[in-house]
Amino acid sequence: MVKEVKNKWNGFSLKPRKEMPEGLWMRCPSCEHMLYKSAVEENLNVCPECNHHFRIDATTRIKYLVDEDSFQQVLGDLTTNDPLGFKFRGTTYKQRIKDDEKKSGAKEAMQIGKAFIKGRGVVLGVMEPNFLMGSMGFVVGEKFCAAVDKAMEDKLPLVVVSCSGGARMHEGVVSLGQMAKTSAALAKLNKAGGLFISVLTDPTTGGVTASFAMLGDVTIAEPGALIGFAGPRTIAETIKVELPDGFQTAEFMLEHGFVDMIVHRKDLRSEIARLIDYCRK
Amino acid sequence: MSDNNSKLSNSDHLEFEEKVADLDRQMNELRRLSSIKGIDYSAEIRRLQKTQVAELKRIYSKLTAWQTVQVARHPKRPLLTDYLNLMVKDFRELHGDKCFGDDRAIITGLGQIGRERVLVVGQNKGRTTKEKIACNFGCANPEGYRKAIAKMKFAEKYNIPVVTLIDTPGAYPGIGAEERGQAQAIAANLMEMSCLKVPIVCVCIGEGGSGGALGIGVGDRLAMLEFAYYSVISPEGCAAILWRDGAQAPDAAEALKLTSKKLYKLGLVDAVIPEPLGGAHRNVHDTVYNVERYIVKTLAGLKRTKIDNLLENRYKKLRSIGEDTAATIYKKTRPAQDRVKAALEAIPKPKPVPAKV
Ligand SMILES: [Zn+2]
Repeated sequence: MVKEVKNKWNGFSLKPRKEMPEGLWMRCPSCEHMLYKSAVEENLNVCPECNHHFRIDATTRIKYLVDEDSFQQVLGDLTTNDPLGFKFRGTTYKQRIKDDEKKSGAKEAMQIGKAFIKGRGVVLGVMEPNFLMGSMGFVVGEKFCAAVDKAMEDKLPLVVVSCSGGARMHEGVVSLGQMAKTSAALAKLNKAGGLFISVLTDPTTGGVTASFAMLGDVTIAEPGALIGFAGPRTIAETIKVELPDGFQTAEFMLEHGFVDMIVHRKDLRSEIARLIDYCRK
Repeated sequence: MSDNNSKLSNSDHLEFEEKVADLDRQMNELRRLSSIKGIDYSAEIRRLQKTQVAELKRIYSKLTAWQTVQVARHPKRPLLTDYLNLMVKDFRELHGDKCFGDDRAIITGLGQIGRERVLVVGQNKGRTTKEKIACNFGCANPEGYRKAIAKMKFAEKYNIPVVTLIDTPGAYPGIGAEERGQAQAIAANLMEMSCLKVPIVCVCIGEGGSGGALGIGVGDRLAMLEFAYYSVISPEGCAAILWRDGAQAPDAAEALKLTSKKLYKLGLVDAVIPEPLGGAHRNVHDTVYNVERYIVKTLAGLKRTKIDNLLENRYKKLRSIGEDTAATIYKKTRPAQDRVKAALEAIPKPKPVPAKV
């Protein structure tokens, strides 16, 4: 039913990447080079040949981003209660949560807490792509708002790394409402003069882009990240036209004026630290 | 307009209204016979009408989610233009986002509802093919959302309350829409509407299609017409993702709990506005009247609230979305807000660390 559209987008596919064959080697989906796995890991999961930024889980992201062992997580055990009792044919939301928890080791699609980035205290939120595609349901919305509250209370900058397929359909209008909820919280932060740095990574789409991710005082994107509202497949099926090269990439968003800067993963720490310093009151 | 009922042609009957359509055929046949042969069938016709009313009551008292979606999408369902004509006095449309263009999928303008001057922001789907194309089948582009918020800021300046009428399959998924920042436009609206210093009443009159609906749907009150739907994703889209088959949409509609009754029960909409027997398309006037009454009553109440309190209540309402239903575990232990606070207080304040860049 769903037509596979040209392999152009494979690098940005919303589907979880195929498992790499066990072993020491992996193939870069972008430049097709065979890469030595540990060399890629040492390089912050960026392809040494072509700078393709591999998708990383929240825990790895936090490790790369913050000063060693400085992340103190809060609300880590907050879980959803399946507000709709979502059940579709054989699949239930509850089962999907169990499966993804097992697969990813994550309890939800966002971690929040306090941390230091190059010595600067921040409230940090990081989304988890391996838990229901990083989608936003009640818990993600609640954690985001809690992070905003904490940032206001302690007058700390808020840094949120987005990586999400959008609103979580299993929670229906509850998840849609999280878009309004997180945006309203940011309106408060804005009024209080708080700094919000939004970091967009591959992929950031749908209801997350159309709410807090696009509301940063400064919006940073990782190179090559898929960033957009509608998914490329939806667009292609609607307009029945082949999409242009580089459509909905970080570079596309920069060109059209919706991100402030594209920053290589290795420079993310120092760029965030510099921005915080510039915005100090 | 009371004969609106009989204006439905046979092709306007939905697939689950077969018996209703059949009764219509029988009555039309009797009317034809009585006019040709001069026999009085009026008693017979009245009997059939009674049966039909009973049948409509039976069907519409227990519509499935998917049937509701079909009613919400009915080609004769009252559209924004009907509300503007019948409910808004002296409507003056204000065009354009003063930046890119004038999106016909979202119409904005000043007018009067009851005795209240208001800014109306509504989504326009179009009735005829020509109209539908002109307004992109109700799928707005970023300039539509930007026009909406620009006019709302204008209304705020003159203390004019905002009424939004939601009816869209969704924000337009197109190349131009992405180039011009569909996501940013919607996000900005959510943020601005959450703190706009005038009362905002939102009514979903037909399709509440995801972020595209929410983009003009943040306010002090959200009401839905009885057979409208509001959903995070279209049933077809949901089925395509979960089952790789859009034809499973009826099951997906059920799973998404997108009907007014379900959403009201979940505490996600504030009011359900009743539709006439057999759905809004069977009586446009009564439908519009019901919506008008709701708006007039609600605005009167909101206007009595001090603006600071209004904004605080609006924030609380938005901040608590899903709290009752999504996390009872969260709620059972301690009131939600308290628990967040306690958890946050448990983290020590950051110690100053020597900065080295
Ligand atoms: Zn490569």
